[in-house]
Amino acid sequence: MSLQKLGLVELHKKFKAGEVTATEIVRSYFLRISQVEPKVKAFATQAKEAALVQAEGLDRKLKTWRKTNPLTGMPLAIKDNICTEGVLTTCSSRMLQNFVPPYDATVIAKLRAQEYILLGKTNLDEFAMGSSTENSAFGPSRNPWNLHCVPGGSSGGSAAAVAAEECVAALGSDTGGSIRQPAAFCGVVGLKPTYGRVSRYGLVAFASSLDQIGPITRDVADAAFLLQAIAGHDPMDSTSVDRSVPDYMKALQKRDLKALKIGVPVEFFTEGLDPDVEQAVRVAIGELKNLGAEIREIHLPSTGAAVAVYYVIATAEASSNLARFDGVKFGFRAKETKDLLELYMKTRQEGFGPEVKRRIMLGTYVLSAGYYDAYYGKAQAVRALVCQDFATAFKEVDLIVTPVTPTPAFRLGEKSEDPLQMYLSDIFTISANLAGLPAIALPCGFSKTGLPIGLQLIGRAFEEETMLRAARAYEQATQWHLKKPNIR
Amino acid sequence: MEITQQDVEKVAQLARLAVSAAEKETFAKQLTQILAHVDTLNQYDTAGIEPIATVMGQVNVFREDLVRPSLPSEMALANAPEREAEGFVVPKIIEER
Repeated sequence: MSLQKLGLVELHKKFKAGEVTATEIVRSYFLRISQVEPKVKAFATQAKEAALVQAEGLDRKLKTWRKTNPLTGMPLAIKDNICTEGVLTTCSSRMLQNFVPPYDATVIAKLRAQEYILLGKTNLDEFAMGSSTENSAFGPSRNPWNLHCVPGGSSGGSAAAVAAEECVAALGSDTGGSIRQPAAFCGVVGLKPTYGRVSRYGLVAFASSLDQIGPITRDVADAAFLLQAIAGHDPMDSTSVDRSVPDYMKALQKRDLKALKIGVPVEFFTEGLDPDVEQAVRVAIGELKNLGAEIREIHLPSTGAAVAVYYVIATAEASSNLARFDGVKFGFRAKETKDLLELYMKTRQEGFGPEVKRRIMLGTYVLSAGYYDAYYGKAQAVRALVCQDFATAFKEVDLIVTPVTPTPAFRLGEKSEDPLQMYLSDIFTISANLAGLPAIALPCGFSKTGLPIGLQLIGRAFEEETMLRAARAYEQATQWHLKKPNIR
Repeated sequence: MEITQQDVEKVAQLARLAVSAAEKETFAKQLTQILAHVDTLNQYDTAGIEPIATVMGQVNVFREDLVRPSLPSEMALANAPEREAEGFVVPKIIEER
């Protein structure tokens, strides 16, 4: 069995036992990358030289003193909006094309402390704005299950890299579904932690009240394993929450779901839901019931408002966050400008792509004098309603189960000319961000055309354990996660 | 609400974003369409609902005002598009009379 076939937990075991060296791992992954990357285009930057040097160093050290951390020697890919000291972090934007961060994001510092190996930085929709990676300034990534289809977005490069076995696991970021939607499209697992569970320090900010970093992995156990490494309070992120981190792997041990109540929100099963997706998710709900869970119909009446709330709040926050890209201290600068104002305006015109500009415009508009209350204030109030819906539902149930996306992966170019249609493809994932709740996407079947379908579980704030436990039990019972795309 | 090209121009100015004639036309059309969807929020009754900016109920977080390690200036300047000695170079800001 080749090394690529092993998930994170298994590879760690093998490495810990001394059955494989870090150098062998890195070499085998770069061989795989050289084979499939021309088709998949998951990476923005590859870090082969540095990875090999690091692996050789680890192997030398371990010869004399065999002490490993959970991630020692583990080859990961990192979304290119997470700062890595000394390694390009472009956000797939012309604006940051040459940006080499002088510091590590907190999640990277944690992984580094555990001696992980960075294989490379993965492609995304520019500044994480999009659902297909087609908004990347450096070209789209492809779906390993069908190269004519998008891998989803914005963490499309990370999801595609995991699905194509170009890395053992990856990190993504999720503002409105950017971990879960690409995970569903690529047939892998994606977990968005509770808001505040993982530090955002060093994640290039898109919408600060919604952004969370999380794992994209081969299976649920790997997601728990990687979440363990990155979770926890960080004084450098004032919105990270000071709460102890439970043992997520331990939470997976309980296999049956007796005494667990799982809610099915009727608002998520309406028109526009692809019949193959509905069928797969209904069957999955039956499986959860077989595992002992009690299934209840619930209501989340504000679901229909989620996309509209999101595109006001996320763009408002983005317009403020992206004001820093002014061509002065770092990043792209337009040439031959006559004064400072022109420097700002031309730098931003030339440095940002169309979707980023559209969102900056929309965000500036909804915050501008005369429209603030009507749009931003209204959206914040409806956001409170969305939170109330969940609070009410979670009095009755422990978890909520839904589809991840209304359809399987769409084709490249299919929605790129119609921003609103693209936005509406995030309809099932956005609510969890608005309410700050943890949510996981995991494989639950395939469409008639052979594309993966994802199941979403949403949990109570800081109850990742319950969510992971149910997801793991489902995964073990169905084994959908073992299906791999035929790409070589 | 119809977004005109004049609106686009005004917002672009606020956002410090130069826009071409073609972009003005496209953005006017697309923003009109997106805001029409946003207007569906008016179907939701929010009378008496307090707008929220954060979900975890966090309030101000303070830290001690201590000297901590910071980036050496050479590293802070390393990504500068244009620099001179210890500073960032920008076009002249104050106009001559």
